[in-house]
Amino acid sequence: MDLLNAIVALLNFVIVPATAYGAQLALGALGVTLIYGILRFSNFAHGDTMAFGTTITILFTWWFQSLGVSLGPLPTALLALPFGIAGAALLMLGTDRVVYRFYRAQKAVPVILVIVSMGVMFVYNGLVRFIIGVDEQRFDDGDRFIISARDFKEMTGLDEGLALKSTQAITLVVAAIAVALLFWFLNKTRTGKSMRAFSDNEDLALLSGINPERVVVVTWLIVAALATVAGTLYGLDKGFKPFVYFQLLLPIFAAAIVGGLGSPLGAIAGGFVIAYSEVMITYAWKKVAGYLLPESLEPDGLAQLLSTDYKFAVSFAILVVVLLFKPTGLFKGQSV
Amino acid sequence: MSGNPYQEDRGNKDASITRPGMGGEIEHRDSGPARAASADSFLVGEAMTGGYGKGPDILHDCTIAVDRGEIAVIVGPNGAGKSTAMKAVFGMLNMRSGRVLLDGEDITALSPQDRVKKGMGFVPQVRNIFPSMTVEENLEMGAFIREDDIRTTMEQVYDLFPILRDKRDQAAGELSGGQRQQVAVGRALMTQPKVLMLDEPTAGVSPIVMDELFDRIIEVARTGIPILMVEQNARQALEIADHGYVLVQGRNAHTGTGKELLADPEVRQSFLGG
Amino acid sequence: MTQSMRAPLLFAFVAALFLLEGLTDAWIFSGSWNTSLSILNMALVSAVMALGVNLQWGFAGLFNVGVMGFVALGGLATVLIAMPPSPGAWAAGGYQILLGLVLGAATIVAAILAYTRLPKGRRRTAVMLAVLVGGFFLYRWVFDAGVNAVESINPAVTGNLGGLNPCGDYRACGWMTIISWPVGGLLAAGAAWIIGKTALGLRSDYLAIATLGIAEIVIAVLKNEDWLSRGVKNVIGLPRPVPYEVDLQNDPGFVERAASLGLEPTLASTLYVKFGYALLFTIVLVLILWLAQKALASPWGRMMRAIRDNEVAAEAMGKDVKARHLQIFILGSAVCGLAGAMMTTLDGQLTPGTYQPLRFTFLVWVMMIVGGSGNNYGAVLGGFLVWWLWVQVEPLGAWLADLITTGMAEDNAFRIRIMDAVAHMRLFTMGVVMLLMLRFAPRGLLPER
Repeated sequence: MDLLNAIVALLNFVIVPATAYGAQLALGALGVTLIYGILRFSNFAHGDTMAFGTTITILFTWWFQSLGVSLGPLPTALLALPFGIAGAALLMLGTDRVVYRFYRAQKAVPVILVIVSMGVMFVYNGLVRFIIGVDEQRFDDGDRFIISARDFKEMTGLDEGLALKSTQAITLVVAAIAVALLFWFLNKTRTGKSMRAFSDNEDLALLSGINPERVVVVTWLIVAALATVAGTLYGLDKGFKPFVYFQLLLPIFAAAIVGGLGSPLGAIAGGFVIAYSEVMITYAWKKVAGYLLPESLEPDGLAQLLSTDYKFAVSFAILVVVLLFKPTGLFKGQSV
Repeated sequence: MSGNPYQEDRGNKDASITRPGMGGEIEHRDSGPARAASADSFLVGEAMTGGYGKGPDILHDCTIAVDRGEIAVIVGPNGAGKSTAMKAVFGMLNMRSGRVLLDGEDITALSPQDRVKKGMGFVPQVRNIFPSMTVEENLEMGAFIREDDIRTTMEQVYDLFPILRDKRDQAAGELSGGQRQQVAVGRALMTQPKVLMLDEPTAGVSPIVMDELFDRIIEVARTGIPILMVEQNARQALEIADHGYVLVQGRNAHTGTGKELLADPEVRQSFLGG
Repeated sequence: MTQSMRAPLLFAFVAALFLLEGLTDAWIFSGSWNTSLSILNMALVSAVMALGVNLQWGFAGLFNVGVMGFVALGGLATVLIAMPPSPGAWAAGGYQILLGLVLGAATIVAAILAYTRLPKGRRRTAVMLAVLVGGFFLYRWVFDAGVNAVESINPAVTGNLGGLNPCGDYRACGWMTIISWPVGGLLAAGAAWIIGKTALGLRSDYLAIATLGIAEIVIAVLKNEDWLSRGVKNVIGLPRPVPYEVDLQNDPGFVERAASLGLEPTLASTLYVKFGYALLFTIVLVLILWLAQKALASPWGRMMRAIRDNEVAAEAMGKDVKARHLQIFILGSAVCGLAGAMMTTLDGQLTPGTYQPLRFTFLVWVMMIVGGSGNNYGAVLGGFLVWWLWVQVEPLGAWLADLITTGMAEDNAFRIRIMDAVAHMRLFTMGVVMLLMLRFAPRGLLPER
C-alpha cells in the first residue's frame, strides 16, 4: 500500500480538476440564480451568454497578442476579460431594452419569459457563430503550469506527479475574487441590498422607493460579468467551443437547483457538489486503487463507475436525489 | 382565457424554471403632476369612486380624511372596501372620479412611489417586510429614498420598538407575527413620513400582541404623525380613534369621532355586536 | 381576416410554398420536386413532434425541454424492431445483458423498499447504501461481461444486439419499420412515465430540468452503449416501408409507367419513394391530429383545460391533477417518440451523434409558438412553416447577401464575410422569428380561440 502516491494521484486527477470545474460551474450557477431570484425565471440563454462574453474576450485576447501586449506568465485573456465583460454587458442591456423590458411592462408571467429566453438563446447562439464560428478555439498563453507533473516528481521523489495548471490556479483565484466582490456588493452596498429587497418583496421594494428598472439593469450587468468570467475561465481551462457552452446549461441549472434556486451561497455549493460528483463518478479509479489495495485485489478494468459520456447523467442523478430529500435545495432557495 | 396573452401561464408551476410565489402587483405607472389645492384636513381622499384595473367599481363616492395629530380608522364589515379605500388614497387604484389631497396639494395623479416621496408612509396588510433581510436592513430599505443620515431615525424606531434593537441582526422572516408587524411599521417610519397609513396592522396576531401594537400606534401618533388605519377589530380601533369611518359596500355609512360611533346605537347594532 | 378563414388561408399559403418549390427555380426556390418532397417529409414529421409538445404545453402547461430524448428513443425503437438480430449476439451475451439490467432495476427497487419499509435511522441508511453499492457492483459484473461479449461480435458491422426482424433478407420485411413507430411511442411513454413520476411527484414540480436532463442522458446512452445502438458507429441500412429505388428502376413496368409520364426512371423512382413516405406520414399525422382533436373535445379534454385554466378549482372539484398531468405528459412524449421513429425510418439510419437540443427540442418549441400553442392545427401549421423556413434560410440568406453585396468584387472582404455568415444564419433567424412572434402575436398564427 502506498498511501502518499494514492493521495497525490487523487489530488492530481480528481480534486484539482474538480475544484477548478466546480468554481466555473459555481460562477455560472450564480448568474442563473440571480436572474431567477430577481427576474423570476430560469434563463435558457445563460450558456450562450457565457459563450458570447468569452467570444469577445477571445477577440480582444487575439488583438492584444497581435499588438504584443501580454501579462507575462499570466494569460493575456485576463487583460481582455474586462472588455469581454463590457461586450456581454452591452449585449445584455440591449437585449433587456429590446426584448425583456416590454414583457415587464406587460406584467408577463415568468414562464413566458422562459420561452422568450429560448428565443434569445437562438439569437445569441447565432451571434456567436457569426462572430467566431463553431470550431474549437484555444486562447490560453503564458505559463502552462505552476507545477508540472515532472517537476513535482523530481521535487518529491514520488512516482505520481501532481500537476497544477496555471489555468486551474487562475480559475480559483479569479472565482474567489468574483464571489467575494459579489457577496460584498449584495450585503454591504445600498444597491446590492436594494436588489435583495426587490427579490424578497417586489411591491414593498417599490413602495420603499427602489427603482425596479435600475435593479434589473444592475442584475443584468452582474450576470454579464459572472457569465463572462465563468466562460473565460472554462475556456482557458478546457478550450472554447460554442456548443459545449450551450451544453453547460444542464450542469449549471443542476448546480443552481441543487444549491437552492435564488440562493447565491447555494449556487456555489451546488457548483462544487455537481463538479465533484461528475469527476469522481466518471474517473477511472484503477490507479488510485492500485496504490491502495494489495496486488491480489487490484481491479482488472479501469474501475470507472460510469463512462465520461455519462457526466450529464451524474448531474441529473445528484439533482434528483437532492430534490427527493430536500426539495428546496441544500440552502433554502426561493423555489418553494 | 382572455385579456393579456402575456399573462397566460397555462397553470405551469414548474419551480425549476419560474420562481413560485407572488411577483409585484403594483402597477408601474408614471406620475402626473401634483397641484396646489386647499383642504381642511391634512390628508383627504375626497369622493373617491373606482376599482381595480378594468374591474367594476368598488368604491362609490367615498370620503376619508385624517387631520394633523389624529388617528383616523376605517372600519366596516368584510368586503366593505376598507382596504380598497386605503389603497385608493395611496394611489393603487384606478380612480374614476374624486381626488386625493395631501398637505394642500392635489396628488391624485401621483404614483404610489411618488406619494411615498411626498411623505406618505404605507404598511400593507400582508407581505409588508423583506423576510430574508435582517431587521436593520429592513429599516435601511425603508429609508431608501433618503439621502441624509438615517441613524437618528433608526434609533427612534428602536426606542419605539425596543425588541427590534435586540433582533436587529436577525432575518425579519424569522420573527414572530407581532414582531414582524413592528418591523413593518418601523420600516414605514424610516422615511420620516408626514402621515402613516396602516392596513389592518393587527391581522393575525394574538389579543395580547394586539393591545401592545395599539399602544405603540398611539405612541407614534403622539410624536405628531397623523395615522390612517384600517381595522378589523372595530371596537378597540374606535376606542383609540379621533375619527372613525364606517364603510358599507364602498360607501360612507357613518362618520364621526371614535366616541360618537361607539355610542351610536345603529353602529353598535350592526358592526360592534350590540 | 376572420378567424374561420385564417386557418385555410394559412394552410393554402404553406401549400403554395411547397408547390412553388417544385414548380419554379425563381428566387429561392429550387424547382425540384425532389427537394420539395424532402422538405415536406421532414415537415410532416416535425408537425407530429409539434403536436406532441402542444399536447403538453398547450393543453396542460407542462414544460418539456427534453423533446430530443423522446425523439431519439423513437429512433432507437426502429433499430430494436426493424433490424435483424445480430447473429450469435443473443447467445453470446444478450441474455446476460438482460439479466444485468434486471439486477440493476432490482437494486433500485430494493433500495426504495429499504427506504420506505425500514424505520428511519442509521440502520436504514446503512442498509440502503449496502444494497445500492452491492447491487451496483453485481450489476456491473454481470452486465459488463455480457456487453463485452456482444460488442466483440464483428464490431465493424454489428457489435450490437440488433432487432427482431424475422426475414432472412431483412430488407424484405420493410413493414417491420412501421411496427417500430408505435413501439417508439411506447418507449418514449415509458421514459416519460419514469420522469413524470419523479419530477411531478416532488413537492413542487421540476419537470423542465428533469426533461432537460433525461434528454441528455438518453443521447449519452445511445452514443455510449454500443451493444444497444452501435453508439457513434451508427446503425445504417435500416429497412424501409417503401420500395427501394434500385428495385423500381429494375422493374420494367415501373420504367414504362415513368416514361409514359415523361419522367426518366431515376428521378421517377426517387419521387415515388419520397411520395410513399409522404403518404405514410400524412396518414399518421392526420390520425394523430384527429385523435388529438377528438380527445380535446371529449370530457377528458375539457377537464384538462379546466385544470390548466384553474388548477385550484379543478382540484377542489376532486380532479386528480397530478395523475392527469402525468397522463398527458406521457401521451405527448409518446407522440414525440412516434415522430422520432418516423424520422429515423425516413433517414434510414440511426446516428446518435446528430441529436442536438437546438434542433430537436427548441426548434419544436419554435414551431409550436409560431403556430399557436393550444391549437392543434396551429402546431401542425407551425411544424410545416418553421421547417420550411429552417431549410430555406440558407438560400434566403444567400439571396439577401447577394442583394446587399451587389456590385462588390468577388474578393471584397465585406462580401466574403457576409457570404460566410450566411452559413450561420439559421439559428439566428429562428430566434428572431420566435421573438417577433412572442412579442407581436403571442398566441401564434392560429390562436387557441
